[in-house]
Amino acid sequence: MTTFLQWLSTLPTLAQIPIIIGVFGAVVLLLLFLIELAPRRGRKYTIIRAVACVLFPLLMVAILDSYTWAIVAAGFLGLLLFWLDYRSRHGAGYIFALVGFLSPALLLLAAGLVIPTIQTTVQSFMNSRGTEFVGLENFIWIFTQPAGIRTVLNTVLWVLIAPAVSTIAGMAYAVFIDKSRGEKFFKILVFMPMAISFVGASIIWRFVYTARPADSDQIGLLNQVIVWAGGEPVQFLQESPWNTVALIAVLIWVQTGFAMVILSAAIKGVPIEQLEAAELDGASAWQRFANVTLPGIRSSLVVVLTTISIASLKVFDIVRTMTAGANDTSVIANEMYTQFRNFEAGRSAAFALILFLMVMPIVIYNARQIKMQRELR
Amino acid sequence: MSTLARTEEATAAPEPGTRRGRPAASLAKTRLTNRWATLAALVIAALWTVPTIGLLVSSFRPAQQVRTTGWWTLFQNWGFTTDNYTAVLQAGNSQLTMAGSFINSIAITLPATVIPLVLATLAAYAFAWMRFPGRDLIFVLVFALQIVPIQMALVPLLRLFAAGELFGVPVIGAFGSAGYAQVWIAHTIFALPLAIFLLHNFIAEIPNEIIEAARVDGASHGQIFFRIVLPLTAPAIAAFSIFQFLWVWNDLLVALIFADGAVAPITKLLAEITGSRGQDWHLLTAGAFVAMIVPLAVFFALQRYFVRGLMAGSAKG
Repeated sequence: MTTFLQWLSTLPTLAQIPIIIGVFGAVVLLLLFLIELAPRRGRKYTIIRAVACVLFPLLMVAILDSYTWAIVAAGFLGLLLFWLDYRSRHGAGYIFALVGFLSPALLLLAAGLVIPTIQTTVQSFMNSRGTEFVGLENFIWIFTQPAGIRTVLNTVLWVLIAPAVSTIAGMAYAVFIDKSRGEKFFKILVFMPMAISFVGASIIWRFVYTARPADSDQIGLLNQVIVWAGGEPVQFLQESPWNTVALIAVLIWVQTGFAMVILSAAIKGVPIEQLEAAELDGASAWQRFANVTLPGIRSSLVVVLTTISIASLKVFDIVRTMTAGANDTSVIANEMYTQFRNFEAGRSAAFALILFLMVMPIVIYNARQIKMQRELR
Repeated sequence: MSTLARTEEATAAPEPGTRRGRPAASLAKTRLTNRWATLAALVIAALWTVPTIGLLVSSFRPAQQVRTTGWWTLFQNWGFTTDNYTAVLQAGNSQLTMAGSFINSIAITLPATVIPLVLATLAAYAFAWMRFPGRDLIFVLVFALQIVPIQMALVPLLRLFAAGELFGVPVIGAFGSAGYAQVWIAHTIFALPLAIFLLHNFIAEIPNEIIEAARVDGASHGQIFFRIVLPLTAPAIAAFSIFQFLWVWNDLLVALIFADGAVAPITKLLAEITGSRGQDWHLLTAGAFVAMIVPLAVFFALQRYFVRGLMAGSAKG
């Protein structure tokens, strides 16, 4: 595979796309073809299956350019697979098909996410070159220097402000434009930033925030507004702690459309009879919203808050592009990359682990929600 | 326009006593809507649109004017040019121009959209319609991986590509600098948990009777997958492809770690230019717009499917 990939990288850029997709497609089709053959009866198909069971692991090892003992292991695994498959409760060929469907994704996930996560966890307790166990030293370093504490606090600030504001703004907008004329058009306006990259959004907002000396014309819209109102231009991205708020505003700008679309659909799903009944009982518009609509969209609210919270915890592009973490604006994800660039692998991993621990409660809460929903079904 | 519509509705609304017989839709029309709500909606709509318009207008103004006057003074300081675009497409670093990185973005994004979706559809089918011990547990694990920050995986994965080692044991041939391969594989891996989870939800919703009927007729899993599952879930797969496409196109973090040098995508180059030439607004605005043009086109053309994919991802998550 290495040879193939190296050969591929010598081709013109645009020629690489059809070739890689074509080769990938051919491999998948071969896999599906074998899955299709697998459950058929007869000696011929049994032999094909046995050969495939041994050849596939072998082929994989060969593709990955690995070593002799690995090839032996693959052969053994293949025979084991065939034996299990032959005696499968669901009929011969079942396990073959199962492995065919599942193994590509699961192998990639194991090699690309599970094992690296363990490695990073180990790395966070090692020194910068990963040669020596240093215990909690990396974490002590983070939490004893002002910049490190600042970084963690900033991340907390992001996750407190961004989800709340974008959810409220999105919900308000969804309610305000609900069933109005041109609703679709108004939705697109607010939803559009979702398609813009964080890098693009950062440039848009850096431009809005730009400040020029008081005696010359402003080119940043926000400062022009301040000048029109009789104020002095402000360096939004330099004055801590407001510069962090200025960065958070960008994430809010991007995420509000997401909250709006989801909540708008949820609001439309609230039974009209309940709203009518509430109105007959004399509930005001606000009471109807608080007592009927809000409980009706609760699960969607949880989804929106969760998604934006995770996005805020992991925010990287915005900080990187707008300030690169200068003037006390750094966040964990940015610091992790900075330490990685400085060859401080241990500290970088420690930051990643802190981030992981901060995401954990949200994961657990959501896993429980899903379990509850499943039991309800 | 919308303010007018509201006023009409408000005046046309009957007295409270006569509301009983009104169709449900018109009742909904008046809830929480008044002039202040309309005003707030208009303010939000403006806040969310004007910054982008400012960027677009500025990208077409002569450099000198962008530097000294605000884009809203367009009519006093008239002038349009496409010089900024010509300049920014040739700008860049020693290895790459913006134009080249735009091509790189395409070369990264297309395979990184197709590959994970195919693999995820295969796995999602097995999770939904095949029985095996530990199925629910493994599925929950895959779901949990979805929320592991990819930051946890970046550095070890980079080492895996560069040295071919897991825990110091060589498992694959190293292909460190071989073109786009690193980015494709990295994006594939990071997309899999969410893709498997979402597609599973769709595939599991196919009525049991259809699958059972096919099985009784002697269809194998391969046939069921091809003839029943794929056609029925095609809309979901399409919706999620758009999602994945935009996500990969707009990514910066994975690109910074895995796509260095001559294979860097446009987001990385743009971020670089922002760092090194942060005051050259005529270049930055044009550059940002070049980077935005593909996702915006996809967004406006396929907006309906994009929303559908979003809803699928959230209503069940």
